[in-house]
Amino acid sequence: MFDTLSNRLGSVFDGLKRRGALKEADVSEAMREIRLALLDADVALPVVKSFIKEVKEKAVGEAVLKSVTPGQQVVKIVHDALVDMLGAESQGLNLLGEPPVAIMMVGLQGSGKTTSTAKIAKRLQEKERKKVLMASLDVARPAAQEQLAVLGEQVDVKTLPIVAGQQPVDIAKRAMQAGKLGGYDIVMLDTAGRLHIDEGLMDEVAAVKAVTNPQEILLVADSMTGQDAVTVADSFNQKMSLTGIVLTRIDGDARGGAALSMRKVANCPIKFLGTGEKMEEIEEFHADRLANRILGMGDVVSLVEKAQETIDEEEAEELAKKMQKGQFDLDDMAKQLKQMRKMGGMEGLMGMLPGVGKMKKQMAGAGIDDKMIVRQEAIISSMTKAERKNPKLIHAKRKQRIAAGSGTSVQEVNKILKQHQMMSKMMKKVSKLGEKGLMRSLGGMIPPNMMPPGGGFRR
Amino acid sequence: MSGGWFSKLKAGLSKSSNKLVGGITDVFTKRKLDDDALEELEDILIAGDLGPQTAIKLTEALAKNRYDKEISDEEVRTVLSEEITKILEPVAQPLEINKSHNPHIVLVVGVNGSGKTTTIGKLAKHYSESGLKVMMAAGDTFRAAAVEQLKIWGDRTGCSVVARDTGADAAGLAFDAIEQARNENADVLLIDTAGRLQNKKDLMAELEKVIRVIKKLAPDAPHDVLMVLDATVGQNAHSQVEIFRDTVGVTGLALTKLDGTAKGGVLVALAEKFALPVHVIGVGEQADDMRPFEANAYARSLMGLD
Repeated sequence: MFDTLSNRLGSVFDGLKRRGALKEADVSEAMREIRLALLDADVALPVVKSFIKEVKEKAVGEAVLKSVTPGQQVVKIVHDALVDMLGAESQGLNLLGEPPVAIMMVGLQGSGKTTSTAKIAKRLQEKERKKVLMASLDVARPAAQEQLAVLGEQVDVKTLPIVAGQQPVDIAKRAMQAGKLGGYDIVMLDTAGRLHIDEGLMDEVAAVKAVTNPQEILLVADSMTGQDAVTVADSFNQKMSLTGIVLTRIDGDARGGAALSMRKVANCPIKFLGTGEKMEEIEEFHADRLANRILGMGDVVSLVEKAQETIDEEEAEELAKKMQKGQFDLDDMAKQLKQMRKMGGMEGLMGMLPGVGKMKKQMAGAGIDDKMIVRQEAIISSMTKAERKNPKLIHAKRKQRIAAGSGTSVQEVNKILKQHQMMSKMMKKVSKLGEKGLMRSLGGMIPPNMMPPGGGFRR
Repeated sequence: MSGGWFSKLKAGLSKSSNKLVGGITDVFTKRKLDDDALEELEDILIAGDLGPQTAIKLTEALAKNRYDKEISDEEVRTVLSEEITKILEPVAQPLEINKSHNPHIVLVVGVNGSGKTTTIGKLAKHYSESGLKVMMAAGDTFRAAAVEQLKIWGDRTGCSVVARDTGADAAGLAFDAIEQARNENADVLLIDTAGRLQNKKDLMAELEKVIRVIKKLAPDAPHDVLMVLDATVGQNAHSQVEIFRDTVGVTGLALTKLDGTAKGGVLVALAEKFALPVHVIGVGEQADDMRPFEANAYARSLMGLD
């Protein structure tokens, strides 16, 4: 996500890095590029302007001119300004107050309110051990209430029974009543999608606010939103006093400038990011990570955390022991491939690593993708146990059998054997590498003959 | 849809264009068209989601014969709307149904939340009012209650809906729907699909499969692949249209949610880049809130003229 903006800023700074000293003209040129890049990324014009002004003032200062690596310094200034604009650290939901605490979800049609409601409810129930009730106040879109009810069943969160024909304010009152009687901690109110200029509907949602007194009013907005993001965020904020923003579909390839715009205009934190269609695919927002990613500095923090979440501790320890002894067999390789797939596959991993934005394209060009991992897993699965323990057993005839069994070719079987050899060599060294070991071993997963000319990890 | 559609379009679009027009009026009550003025103008167009490149191109066209001359707000708007009309004219084409296809199959695709199901409901109403027998297929078998949503549209429009349970195979449903549409002698079959982000390769592959399966029964189908675009979307629309076109052969666009303040200005850039027909625009949640796309009217309304 956001990688296109990263790439563009990357090329601007590549230009800066090549120059010895930074002149005002250089900064101006870079700022023009940044302005275009941000506009192309759908950051709203007024936000772009104030951002550029701020960064330029800082960048053309004496410190930059005297500094040894001016390009680096500009990167730092732009990064800090971005973090500043996105709002420092992640902020959780405010759930204080007499239960049941109401959380209202508002936004335009199709922004992802209902899905986000269920995701947040699931999270509150599972991670914070809260008793949650969900209610849909959407009487406008056909079957919207049913949608929330079905999602409620999926995530095992109770939903308010549907009473046909009941109007939003009455549903909200009933939900709060049911929340009180049922001993719920939280009542989540999913409202109908509405245009911020539809006065009737905006009054209605204000009335719902009045009868439920919500602690949180979250604006759900699509990360693909264009320049209109400022208008939407501003109008909802004026009418409702928003407490937070949920940015959805961040797993798309939108450059996500809307995040910057809305944060600035509504002056409330981005609290969650929707990262996929599955119910657990929601994350807390970290400005620093997002800014790093925008600048093409990668997201090493996310990578490490993701690795911690998905890698089975015991398995990892066992693997580490084997590595130290230099006994890395094909079973272990299969485990690693599986691990990699769990961590979001090649694409997911690459997006999080610094400086690989360009390489990603080359890799796609060379046909290195997640399918490759799946095929490699299939090849290993087609080997006998003995073969996996001792790859030396695998001679021509066995290779043919393995290729037929996995629906691949002898060539591909050869490739994976070669790769395994390389990896086991690498693994012997890995214990000395400490923290950087993970990245290098990932580098080792790609055999040199599959790399495009000139490609490769430059770390 | 034709009678008085222009005034309805204007009503729908007037909210969209108010800000744009206000901005232009602020810049040009009557002033010299110098670099500053051009830059301000460029900014206003960018704020309308036309994108930096298109904005630059349009302002350059404006500056060509008028640079450094006094110019009025009205004149700026007229010239810009003419330029935009030139770009949009070739793509303003209705979605015509060929009855001899028996049925004419329209596959409706797009990202999540763009308004596919609602657009299908509106199209069903339009076509059945013009005397065609319409059938809908609830191909969004992923999103909770999407099937129910389309069924309600079936009740509203009096058109039959082919549906299976949520979680069923979308391609299999499309297959059944075509058979049923043939049995019942339908003229049009509108097939809904689950919303998907264009960068999700697996989901795009699933959509390709739906098309492969459709072709088994009707080799020349789908006769139209209609992509639904949300007017609030910014420059990501380029990526959406490009990838959907390349993977599933989009033949035309529908622009929805034009009743908000979003201008859908990215359409101008899309028309230049992809030249895909724009068939209809959505201006509300009701069954009647759909209009044909007409270039001049859209451009003039966007610029606040008439």
